[in-house]
Amino acid sequence: MKRGKPWAWIVFLLGAAYFLLPLIATVQFSLSIRRGTLSLDAYTNVLNSPQFQETFVFSLVVAVATIIVGLLLVVPAAYFVRLRAPQLRPIIEFVTLLPLIIPPIILVFGYIRMYNSSSILPLTNSTLGTNVLLTLAYVALALPYMYRAVDTGLRTIDVQTLTEAANILGANTPTILIRVIFPNIIVAALSGAFLTLAIVIGEFTIASLLNRPAFGVYMQNIGANRAFEPAALAVISFVITWAAMGMIQLLARFAPRTAPLTD
Amino acid sequence: MADDFLRIDNLVKSFGGNTVVKGANLAFSKGEFVTLLGPSGCGKTTILRMIAGFERPTSGTILVEGKDISPLPPNQRQIGMVFQAYALFPNMNVEDNVGFGLRIAGMPKAERRARVDEMLKLIGLSGYGKRFPFEMSGGQQQRVALARALAPKPRMLLLDEPLSALDAKIRVSLRQEIRAIQRDLGITTIFVTHDQEEALSISDRIVVMSAGNIEQVGTPFEIYNKPATRFVATFVGQLNTLSARVDDPARRAVSIDGQPVVVPSLPAGARAGDTVSLTMRPEAVQLANGAARDIVLDGTVADVSFLGSVIRLKVDLGQGNAVHVDTFNDQRTPPPGRAAPVQVTLAGSDILVLGD
Ligand SMILES: Nc1ncnc2c1ncn2[C@@H]1O[C@H](COP(=O)(O)OP(=O)(O)O)[C@@H](O)[C@H]1O
Ligand SMILES: [Mg+2]
Repeated sequence: MKRGKPWAWIVFLLGAAYFLLPLIATVQFSLSIRRGTLSLDAYTNVLNSPQFQETFVFSLVVAVATIIVGLLLVVPAAYFVRLRAPQLRPIIEFVTLLPLIIPPIILVFGYIRMYNSSSILPLTNSTLGTNVLLTLAYVALALPYMYRAVDTGLRTIDVQTLTEAANILGANTPTILIRVIFPNIIVAALSGAFLTLAIVIGEFTIASLLNRPAFGVYMQNIGANRAFEPAALAVISFVITWAAMGMIQLLARFAPRTAPLTD
Repeated sequence: MADDFLRIDNLVKSFGGNTVVKGANLAFSKGEFVTLLGPSGCGKTTILRMIAGFERPTSGTILVEGKDISPLPPNQRQIGMVFQAYALFPNMNVEDNVGFGLRIAGMPKAERRARVDEMLKLIGLSGYGKRFPFEMSGGQQQRVALARALAPKPRMLLLDEPLSALDAKIRVSLRQEIRAIQRDLGITTIFVTHDQEEALSISDRIVVMSAGNIEQVGTPFEIYNKPATRFVATFVGQLNTLSARVDDPARRAVSIDGQPVVVPSLPAGARAGDTVSLTMRPEAVQLANGAARDIVLDGTVADVSFLGSVIRLKVDLGQGNAVHVDTFNDQRTPPPGRAAPVQVTLAGSDILVLGD
């Protein structure tokens, strides 16, 4: 044991350095906008920029919409697959993985072809339509994470027996989903939600090609035109992502405890 | 009969090509406590789930008060059900669990609260309303599940092995509690178990099942003392089976391990030289005590088990047959020791004539 320890520490420190050095360098650079002294000016510039505020709020709203639509789609789907068609699970799991396999650029070109101004459903004709399309695209991107999170939540409860118990007490399917199933998987669902938030806030390709004023697009523009502000932005978005991850960890503690005590 | 509360006619259920309920016919009176008893996999749960509406019968009908309930989904059948795994809603406290059915039915809050309190009192858990399921023992959870099932005043109550996840002690006390509550409310109840002792102790009537067939329906007294088939006799209670050689079918003379005896009946068509089996309950066999009895056999004690109020002896009859003898414990008379020579006796009428 004792002999192994120094090596473990060395590997750990090397790994930590690999992750931390670029981060420290970025933080330091973001603080160096004034020659010879550290300052938060790059951050103030970024945070005070109306473009930052607009794009950030836009992406946040799209993220929330994505989460809501995603949950409305995924929770019932995962529930029915577990309850009625468990043999379909591998197929559904594969389908939800497709967005990871297909690059977003292909996805978005597909969307643009399908929903352009001369199509049957010309979503790209209006701003609202394009925003809807953007949200749906993000729902697809978030699918692998959302489905897995919800399915993991469903695995921790006895879906069939709880459904039957509620059903025989008079509840119909929507009531069972809302009152019994969802409250018991909400923590798992929220972890999927925060992952989705992290993805949507930083997404560039689809937002850019659909020409929406998203945070990812803004970051890209800043990166091309300024020196220190991009570093500050990178640190900010890093903090947002980690805050989302931290929330997932925190929420895990509030997961409902289902294990019965024995007599 | 017109006054049957629940009637099941020719009920069949197949999964794929596998028929697991093979034509069940049953009738239940209002307020009756009936137990479906049988080994695991014999189709008890499947029958219960068809009554609840979770499975659709392959054929046959289920009538409640003369009406076919097959068009009704489970949530309109007004049936209470208790599951082996408790199935309390983990996100709700005891109060909300018990009040769930009432809330779905749209009962106003004040009325609901009163009913929930009444139910908690009934199961002896007043004051536990704010607890969550994970904070309670298995026995307490199952009582909450019972209260939850009964709160909306269902037409009947279904219990699927509700006690089998519990400790032996709690199992016994809770089954008596369930029976007392059921009597109190007069609710028609179907109880499923694979535990014959449980079935014998709490039921008005027992339905014994085996491999999708109903073997016998009767009171615990009838099932135990007049088992209709060999399966029922062996599944319910202990059974001695002795093999005997037929000596003279006309006189019903046979020999058991070379000892000649006369039995009250023989299977039809038994011929001299055939081997037949004779079955009887351990408590029907006694150690010889001077009183004259139909059948007397010599043997040696092979084993003595002290079971408390009852002592069970295993007596070897010399050439391979062994018989279990149950005697009441008597503090003045210790039982014979191992290898002691004894005589066992039984009345001819205690020999069970079993169909297969
Ligand atoms: N949904 C199902 N699909 C296929 N087979 C089933 C299903 N439910 C039950 N069975 C089979 O039916 C038989 C009877 O099951 P069950 O009614 O649960 O028995 P019991 O409750 O008496 O133990 C078992 O062999 C079981 O495997
Ligand atoms: Mg069962």
